[in-house]
Amino acid sequence: MSSYKIIDHEYDVVVLGAGGSGLRAAVGLSEAGLKTACISKVFPTRSHTSAAQGGISAALGNMDEDDWRWHMYDTVKGADWLGDQNCIEYLCKEAPRAVLELERYGVPFSRTEDGKIYQRSFGGMTKNYGNETIQRTCAAADRTGHAILHTMYGQALKHNTEFFIEYFALDLLMKNGECKGLIAWNLNDGTIHRFRAHITILATGGYGKAYYSSTSAHTCTGDGNAMVLRAGLPLQDMEFVQFHPTGIYGHGTLISEGVRGEGGYLLNSKGERFMERYAPKAKDLASRDVVSRSIAVEINEGRGVGKEKDYVHLHLNHLDPKVIEKRLPGISESSRLFANVDVTKEPIPVVPTVHYNMGGIPTNYKAEVITVDGSEKTVPGLMAIGETACVSVHGANRLGSNSLIDLVVFGRAAAKRAAELVKSGTPHEEISNSETEKCLDRFDKLRNGAGSNPTADLRLAMQKTMQSKCAVFRTEKTLNEGVKEIRKLFKGMDSISVKDKSLIFNTDLVETLEFDNLIRQAIVTMDSAYLRKESRGAHAREDFSKRDDKNFMKHTISWCNGSETKIDYRPVHTSTLTNEVQYFPPQERVY
Amino acid sequence: MVQISLPKNSKVQKGEYFKDKTGSKNIRKVNIYRWDPSSGKNPRIDTYEVDMDNCPSKVLDLLNKIKNEIDPSLAYRRSCSHGVCGSCAMNMDGKNGLACTKPHSEIKGDINIYPLPHLKVEKDLIGDLSTLYKQYQYIEPWLKNSKKDDGKENLQSTEDRAKLDGLYECIMCACCSTSCPSYWWNGDKYLGPAVLLQLIDGL
Repeated sequence: MSSYKIIDHEYDVVVLGAGGSGLRAAVGLSEAGLKTACISKVFPTRSHTSAAQGGISAALGNMDEDDWRWHMYDTVKGADWLGDQNCIEYLCKEAPRAVLELERYGVPFSRTEDGKIYQRSFGGMTKNYGNETIQRTCAAADRTGHAILHTMYGQALKHNTEFFIEYFALDLLMKNGECKGLIAWNLNDGTIHRFRAHITILATGGYGKAYYSSTSAHTCTGDGNAMVLRAGLPLQDMEFVQFHPTGIYGHGTLISEGVRGEGGYLLNSKGERFMERYAPKAKDLASRDVVSRSIAVEINEGRGVGKEKDYVHLHLNHLDPKVIEKRLPGISESSRLFANVDVTKEPIPVVPTVHYNMGGIPTNYKAEVITVDGSEKTVPGLMAIGETACVSVHGANRLGSNSLIDLVVFGRAAAKRAAELVKSGTPHEEISNSETEKCLDRFDKLRNGAGSNPTADLRLAMQKTMQSKCAVFRTEKTLNEGVKEIRKLFKGMDSISVKDKSLIFNTDLVETLEFDNLIRQAIVTMDSAYLRKESRGAHAREDFSKRDDKNFMKHTISWCNGSETKIDYRPVHTSTLTNEVQYFPPQERVY
Repeated sequence: MVQISLPKNSKVQKGEYFKDKTGSKNIRKVNIYRWDPSSGKNPRIDTYEVDMDNCPSKVLDLLNKIKNEIDPSLAYRRSCSHGVCGSCAMNMDGKNGLACTKPHSEIKGDINIYPLPHLKVEKDLIGDLSTLYKQYQYIEPWLKNSKKDDGKENLQSTEDRAKLDGLYECIMCACCSTSCPSYWWNGDKYLGPAVLLQLIDGL
């Protein structure tokens, strides 16, 4: 592949992705004196963290008494006991410190009358181990993600982080099972860059765009997950895809859970507050999987709203307009723009919409990537954080506002661990060119694709397949069909068509590479879902409607080579990190 | 009289015409600025006939439809699709805005789409925002706090917090700066409205 100009770089650490977790890690690494590069396919403030609305959870206790152990219990229960409790303990215990750190960085949190960080109610967040709703979610109006992302970018500039912006990462550089860096394509001038690093931190987010209707950005294509699969490493728990209960009908725009946190509620076509039937205690503030399933049942049983009876109504028109203006200005704007609704007068038409991937790259609580090869072991030189990682703190279902805290707690943990492992300036080992050649072969083959299948057609077919065969409710039949259909689409890549052959801002090729990334994740998602014959959290099987702890209290581990997968399992951790808290044994999950 | 000659490759030429192939009765013409730096050719305006019966409401939907169904080579930035990331800022019908929030029904006649004005074009609708980003870095956009970190929460009154409303929400899409003639002519000296707003945010 000598036709491509290759530029080499050497760094102590390379961070791929400049959303909330990538920036937090980059800041920590720079603070630790490590020579750090942060690479992103979009300008940092365009990252999808900016779309997070409702808030960031931490047991600060600003509104009422709180305890990180209660937060931990809620997260364990929200995760339907698939989360690793040692990692959840770390997340919840570190959370208050992480939020105060954000405040010192300058995040403009909303305030209480006595000047403290304002906290609102969110689904599944309770007091005293499930007793009653608690206000634990720290908010900057309904623009918390935006506020955090812009603040973190400012901090990264303050710490002189070196950015490589609008570089599209292609593959990891691996040597004898260790990660030595990555290869990226500079969209600005078409050159290929080889970054050598002692540690590579993947912070590439989720892959919501594998589905037709999602709240995800166009750029949420899980590039890091796919790079890991191509490196022969596994992903974990990919069957667990969260449907947010309230995406705007027809458009998919997120309407924050904060709306229900501030007192909003759902109604069906009969005007019933149907959540009272499904979750008598928490009602509209049950966890997301529960609310999404309830909406799906209402629609399936003919109580949906509208001409096609295929959505429900979210009301906040009973709230004081001043509260809406102060606490929920962003969603008022979104509702006007995308649903043509004045939220002070009318309800918002909403439907469960793909929102978050609990699955991803398996890591320990120090953000080190792990693999299973006979036994569990860490992959030297590789870390993962944020939505791309599966620590697993979210298990089978993430609680709202637990993702932003995940970003900063594990972003910080990764930087801390990297600083322990790497001595700045350590020379880099020689690596053969074969990895680079393999990577550029794939790149070149796709670039010169002259077949009959436009990328957009294959992508649409994949998205429709995922949406119909691997949805809120799944069955043996739909999943079996999905397993086959998704492979046909993978095969369709053999005759893919890429019209633009140039190298500068070739967005046709970018989307083709993103499709290549998405389809691999779609395959392991489908296979993992097919093989999990139980219902747990976001994975709801109509044919296996109960949780089966005896056979499935375990993480799915999936490898993918082409369209061939290998599925294995690893046990869920049954201990806590310290004796400050005891393991929460599985219970029936009722809200 | 002063004669100004434009650089050879700056003249915008008539480009390709993509005729509708769907047989739709509800067609709109969309004229889009195209330039591929690798081609060595002048910029051009391509025209696409688009079936509006099967197109959602925003200009970004229209562009996506063209890219997905007619011409995959069309290059533009886009990400969140709901007005929070600021990627899809461009000039539509002579005005700067976000393609994902601008309804095409608000545009009368043919729909003309150009990159943000007075930026160096990188390709098609993608402008070079590096000057703006450098200016943003130049103002040191981070909180400067002399108080020692005691690990405790800082208190802020609701009145003080309210002073940030209207300032911190900026998404740096650059629509305002690139519609400002003073920024066009003196962009090397004048920070422009977007960056100045960030400066006020820090005061």
